[in-house]
Amino acid sequence: MNKDLLFDFNVDKAAKTVFITREFNAGLSLVWAAFTQPELLDQWGAPAPMRAKTKYMDFKVGGQRFYAMISPDGQERWALQRFTSITPKTNFKMYNSFADKDENPELPGSEWDYIFSEQNGRTIVNITIFNESFERMEKLLEGFKIGFKMTLQNLENLLSVLSQK
Amino acid sequence: MKQDIFQAIADPTRRAILTLIAVHALTPNAMAEKFDMTRQAVSKHIKILHECELIKPEYSGREIYYHFNAKKMQEFDHWLAQFRQSWEIQFNQLDELLSTIKEQKK
Repeated sequence: MNKDLLFDFNVDKAAKTVFITREFNAGLSLVWAAFTQPELLDQWGAPAPMRAKTKYMDFKVGGQRFYAMISPDGQERWALQRFTSITPKTNFKMYNSFADKDENPELPGSEWDYIFSEQNGRTIVNITIFNESFERMEKLLEGFKIGFKMTLQNLENLLSVLSQK
Repeated sequence: MKQDIFQAIADPTRRAILTLIAVHALTPNAMAEKFDMTRQAVSKHIKILHECELIKPEYSGREIYYHFNAKKMQEFDHWLAQFRQSWEIQFNQLDELLSTIKEQKK
């Protein structure tokens, strides 16, 4: 279904940064809304079978979103997103950190930068995630486990990346 | 404190050490020589790499040879692959949501 939509996922381990680029078959206004309105975010913002539940979201500079990722067995993992910069339909930045159910953040978190652009009725979103620590990032996947076939290719790729640096 | 694998790989010297010992195991002395560093500096890097299990020691007589622990690096890549997949799932969900909304507007 989405075979013709661009999807890039790159990791710069040395810079502790993840780069994600994805194209969507919809106009800029709609895609921007899907990333910035809680009712829409909750409909796609957690990988199934997990789901997202926003307790509140104040989308303005200095405002924040407090939400949970809920696993099928009902476990809630809360997180806080503080919006640090917003240029409507172009860019927003936030600081994401895990939190307890009383909104106390577990620092340090990660810095997220979203860039939106439209071309021929399609919208491209660039996401840059900078992480202070890998263990923090690891928590993003807590409860999310998918059987994955590991191959020696992984190691070969790594070695070629390491040797280029 | 347990070392963070990101921190361990972030350092260029440690990346260079990993690349070198991925080819063949080295003693701390040999590393110091190859990188023109003091034994002390090498020991510090070894400690960090060892603590996050990227390298493992093997004793041969009086010498310690450090080997590259490919398994640990695979775990890391495995984790990244899962992270990528979780994004893929979310984006596919968003594709469906976007097309539903577009249909409703028609």
